Amino acid sequence: MRKVLFATCLGAVATIAAGAATANDELNKMSQDPKGWVMPAGDYANQRYSKLKQITAANVGKLQVAWTFSTGVLRGHEGGPLIVGNTMYVHTPFPNKVYALDLSDENKIVWKYEPKQDPNVIPVMCCDTVNRGVAYGDGKIFLHQADTTLVALDAKSGKVEWSTKNGDPDKGATGTSAPLVVKDKVLIGISGGEFGVQCHVTAYDLKSGKQVWRAFSEGPDDQIMVDPEKTTVLGKPVGKDSSLKTWQGDQWKIGGGCTWGWMAYDPGLNLVYYGSGNPSTWNPKQRPGDNKWSMTIFARDADTGVAKWVYQMTPHDEWDYDGVNEMILSDQQVGGAARKLLTHFDRNGLGYTLDRATGELLVAAKYDPKVNWTSGVDMDKNSPTYGRPKVLDQYSTDKQGEDHNNKGICPAALGSKDEQPAAYSPETQLFYVPTNHVCMDYEPFKVSYTAGQPYVGATLSMYPPPGESNMGNFIAWDGKTGKIAWSNKEQFSVWSGALATAGGVVFYGTLEGYLKAVDAKTGKELYKFKTPSGIIGNVTTYEHGGKQYVAVLSGVGGWAGIGLAAGLTDPTAGLGAVGGYAALSNYTALGGNLTVFALPQ
Amino acid sequence: MHKIWLVAATMALVASGGTVFAEDAVDPTAVKSEDGKYLDKEGSPTFKVASDGTVDWYTYSGYRRYHSECHVCHGPDGMGSTYAPALKDSLKTMSYPDFLGVVASGRKNVSSSQENVMPAFGANPNVACYMDDLYVYLRARASDAVGRVRPAKHEDKPPAAQQAEDSCMGKR
Repeated sequence: MRKVLFATCLGAVATIAAGAATANDELNKMSQDPKGWVMPAGDYANQRYSKLKQITAANVGKLQVAWTFSTGVLRGHEGGPLIVGNTMYVHTPFPNKVYALDLSDENKIVWKYEPKQDPNVIPVMCCDTVNRGVAYGDGKIFLHQADTTLVALDAKSGKVEWSTKNGDPDKGATGTSAPLVVKDKVLIGISGGEFGVQCHVTAYDLKSGKQVWRAFSEGPDDQIMVDPEKTTVLGKPVGKDSSLKTWQGDQWKIGGGCTWGWMAYDPGLNLVYYGSGNPSTWNPKQRPGDNKWSMTIFARDADTGVAKWVYQMTPHDEWDYDGVNEMILSDQQVGGAARKLLTHFDRNGLGYTLDRATGELLVAAKYDPKVNWTSGVDMDKNSPTYGRPKVLDQYSTDKQGEDHNNKGICPAALGSKDEQPAAYSPETQLFYVPTNHVCMDYEPFKVSYTAGQPYVGATLSMYPPPGESNMGNFIAWDGKTGKIAWSNKEQFSVWSGALATAGGVVFYGTLEGYLKAVDAKTGKELYKFKTPSGIIGNVTTYEHGGKQYVAVLSGVGGWAGIGLAAGLTDPTAGLGAVGGYAALSNYTALGGNLTVFALPQ
Repeated sequence: MHKIWLVAATMALVASGGTVFAEDAVDPTAVKSEDGKYLDKEGSPTFKVASDGTVDWYTYSGYRRYHSECHVCHGPDGMGSTYAPALKDSLKTMSYPDFLGVVASGRKNVSSSQENVMPAFGANPNVACYMDDLYVYLRARASDAVGRVRPAKHEDKPPAAQQAEDSCMGKR
């Protein structure tokens, strides 16, 4: 295999008739150089871990702001920048600007890309106009715009090399997630679960933008790209029409199952991993059946798109517990044997550990002790309900029926964790997980479907668990045993992606706007700094000129900015907004900024 | 009648000086009722909150519809979000016809510093069939007649409301 490229040499992107593996080799190699941050999660394993260790638990307290950059956009800033060689790529929410900054020349703007998009796409985005970032590969920057245009920009000049449309915003499909470059393809999901979109993951050719494969989350076997005999669920073939059989009539055509989370890739197994979201509508009575394969972890062949295995975490969702959260790949010892693991913190409040080669379920445990809708997952391989969560009738919005207000369900619809990605440190063998600590009342009722209009069908109100005053926790989790190692309370939901480093420091942001550094072993807070706005972005680190930097986007918004801006609904209204009901709007305001930290000279 | 104001004057968020509604707003007091729907002196739909906290059907129905269709932008209980206005304030001054117009046709406020767009809901039966319900609920919020709570008790669903719902939703 020829190594065509040198990691940091952007300019020399030699376009020698690149075979399928070339871009993959290049990227793989680049992602192993801790100086850069060339993929949305740092590496294919989604670990969000850096080997850099200039900043340590001993000196992080001295951290200072090195430089800042205003994005010029106000609304919710999710994701984080890429660092490729001497260039940093910063993206924004709608209108989806991309800036290339020259790190070796006072961070000045080398180029800026700003697409023209019809603003009518704005209200079709369920929860603010967020975008989770760009991807790099083959000398190009890939951006999935709000209007679902996937565009390839020349990394050096910002010039559009190709663009293609990934969905129809008139029917409620939008682009919010970050692409992932795998081999000679760029993979991208789609949003629109609150609009009845039949969602999919699509692979496009890196060079031409031509569609190579598209795998839907629900529908006939050819559309969902499963092999009834070879694709497995918990070790058994899925069988014919595995999805169609679990929907009433044609409902799968407006079935949701959206794919806006973070994808992972295992180059050794050649499998791509991602989760699908909620089935549409939120009213479970209207869509009887398991609604497969919504709420599912998919392992797909990167070349063909065909699924190797699937696992549905929340059959027949009754609470909007999307399964899109990131899949984190790690290699650990379980029961004395080396296992290739996949760990996933689901919206439903359960932390799952599976064998990522086979899809075998190893651990399913609550990562917030307040989770109450289930008594746990059936782990008995001989049981007819093997792998299914046991739902308590009291919290079943389906059993209680339409027009019944189901009280005190934990977690709330935004989940014990949403898209904000966790990190994993191979040194401590712990996952660092930003979580929500919020419960809800949920009342489903009948709705009708209109293309391009919200298709929700439930009323909900959210509040902290009874007796608690904090709406979030930042926890360390042992994925092998399913146990919390330590847990730090946060006043608000932690809606920022974590970063673990070899310096023994873990970073995350808070909705009030703090960047925090904690000890990876104990969780002890070592440093905090209040950035200009609330943080829903992901923390990144890189090295330049011999110095380690830590960067984070602030810019409050997203679902957190909707539900928490005014404070949660207080069931004892009249007492005023205190503690867990405090209004985020009293702490921070809109504004997109990148803040970059380093140790003093 | 004035007990309306005492019932659930919640939160520390009441408009300044104890003024419950702005000067140019129409007095939301219900002066009559038609088939279970209460009307103000100008004939616009309004809320009715009894001394024991029981709300009229439309306020309750509006609460439910709001928290399905509207709160993903306008925040819980009409309190606003990081980018969409707090309707519990907007409804202090917005007239009934203006409300219907904005919900049916949408609204755009796109400038160099912000891009706020509300879609047209006129063709969405989940919203269009419940315009009065939403208006009445938000009017009650704007007048602090209903707090940041799910109304605990409500009047029965009037047969007229059921008929209107069936014909409106059934048309599609």
